[in-house]
Amino acid sequence: MELFTNQILAGIATGAIYACMALAVVMIYQAIDHLNFAQGEMAMFSTFISWQLMQWGVPYWGAFVITLAFSFVGGIAIERILFKPLAKAPILTNVAGFIALFAIINSSAGLIWDFTIKQYPTPFGSAPFLGSQLISTHQAGMIGVTVLLLIGLYFFFQYTRIGLAMRAAASLPESARLVGINTSWMIALGWGMAAAIGSIAGMLIAPVVFLEPNMMGGVLIYGFAAAVLGGLSSPFGAVVGGFLVGIFENLAGTYIPGVGNELKLPIALALIISVLVVKPAGLFGRHIVKRV
Amino acid sequence: MSAAEEVVAEGHQAVEAVPKRAMTLGAGTSIVVLLLLLAVPLFAKNFIIFQLTQLLYLGLAVLALNILTGGSGQFSLGQSAFYAIGAYVTAVLMEQFNVNYALCLPIAGVLCFGAGFLFGQPALRLSGVYLALATFALATAMPQLLKLNFLEHWTGGVQGLVVTKPDAPFGLPMSQDMWLYYFTLVVTLAIYVFSVNLLRSRSGRAFMAIRDNEIAASAMGVNVALYKTLAFGVSAGITGVAGGLSAIAVQFVAPDSFTITLAIQLFLGMVVGGVGWLPGSIVGAAFIIFVPNIAEGISKGLSGAVFGVLLFLVIYLVPHGARQVAILSQQLAGRLRKN
Repeated sequence: MELFTNQILAGIATGAIYACMALAVVMIYQAIDHLNFAQGEMAMFSTFISWQLMQWGVPYWGAFVITLAFSFVGGIAIERILFKPLAKAPILTNVAGFIALFAIINSSAGLIWDFTIKQYPTPFGSAPFLGSQLISTHQAGMIGVTVLLLIGLYFFFQYTRIGLAMRAAASLPESARLVGINTSWMIALGWGMAAAIGSIAGMLIAPVVFLEPNMMGGVLIYGFAAAVLGGLSSPFGAVVGGFLVGIFENLAGTYIPGVGNELKLPIALALIISVLVVKPAGLFGRHIVKRV
Repeated sequence: MSAAEEVVAEGHQAVEAVPKRAMTLGAGTSIVVLLLLLAVPLFAKNFIIFQLTQLLYLGLAVLALNILTGGSGQFSLGQSAFYAIGAYVTAVLMEQFNVNYALCLPIAGVLCFGAGFLFGQPALRLSGVYLALATFALATAMPQLLKLNFLEHWTGGVQGLVVTKPDAPFGLPMSQDMWLYYFTLVVTLAIYVFSVNLLRSRSGRAFMAIRDNEIAASAMGVNVALYKTLAFGVSAGITGVAGGLSAIAVQFVAPDSFTITLAIQLFLGMVVGGVGWLPGSIVGAAFIIFVPNIAEGISKGLSGAVFGVLLFLVIYLVPHGARQVAILSQQLAGRLRKN
């Protein structure tokens, strides 16, 4: 029983990261209707920036805030420079663009910081949380930060003018434009926020997976899976999906014989596909009724 | 190759502005291309011939994806899985059961057709990004599945299998590489002609009707489920043959040769070649084979970045890929002829 509880809690902790990643994916998906395959690499690059700042002597939370600002601006810049010209291009061209961005960021990070594995500090410490053996303070911190982020985003989208404008631009761009919303900038803003949220995920998971240019590969796949499982049109669903994927991944790795670490990912993905076959719009997604 | 005309003419809306006539490769052009493909190996070194063979079978795999995406509008990031099945079936049959290589390919094709058809069944309910994720999962799982213990007896597990390269038959005075090249060329041409005819046929029209408007197609009496799975099956079958050819040409199969990277490369090949334009498949294959080499040549440490930048250049300048270049050059040629 102790092992079971332990696995569930560890699953919730990694699930928090997947939830962050899924949230970032859904942010961009809402804004431009595409899955950003370079999301993980953007997060990885931001994490390296924060690491570099700390190497230069900036304290953790200082580096955290600077990195958030950098990622936000960087996300907007990527949208303005690289993806705005592709806005009217076919969907497959956009996917190729994301893959190109992936290659560029991955290769540049490798050149700047090389491919050796680096330690990354945690602001929460790694002692057992509140004297309990079940969960470490870092894991508790990961869950805490994710929950704070969610509450913040909820208030932003629900109670601020700009959050409302972003939601309007995402759901009905033409009508939004008619009432004077600059939809083009709302998209850029979506990119900026997604990049910032992704960087939080990166900085939280870096102490666990260690820092190197390919660190986000697996995390992004789980993030996608979480977003799709929860429903791409629902940020809330993405978060729930993240926690579910995290828990299931841990349980499958522990209890299904012969799975181990190697087959964890295929099993998790197989589960998600089974869910999608039953409920194609994801658990919380809206089912869109189409007409000719 | 003029048969490609109608296929392209029905293509994506984005190229609608271009007149229909301008979209053929043209009988003249296709004969020139064919002669080039036939003649080049006579003057080239073995390594170049090997690369040309690679170009043909990867082109075939891109073509298969093109039938699925360009034809029926379904999205797949999992082609590497079918490619792996084809390669493994061929390698296992050749090495463990001493089956003739020419016989292995159709077997691989039929098995992959079955696998694709079966996979298409659950995938029917998914569309767009959801289908992309499902196929992506298939591609991620494949290398792990190939390493499974109980298959190890046949597949060689992590180590993979070594495949013997066949000699030229009937005592033809050809090197193994050259024979394999011509063999691949014949298979590729046969499948190309088949694909062009398939897309022109009743089934092909059904694919395109589904791609353009699924609901309208179903209202008109097209059996959407059947044709969607059929497209998946045909695409998987051709991919399997391409995989089989690759196993013979590379003389080696191992689980890690068939990762998601391969699936992404095939996808890029399709985009660069032009979605729905079958002749573009070879151009796309050339892009994924040679551009990484060029990138490496420009900067070793930054080869990934150079590749990304080149890819961006392609999609900015010619968002519809090689097809757009072909159309533009044809219009240019037409204008020159008038003057």
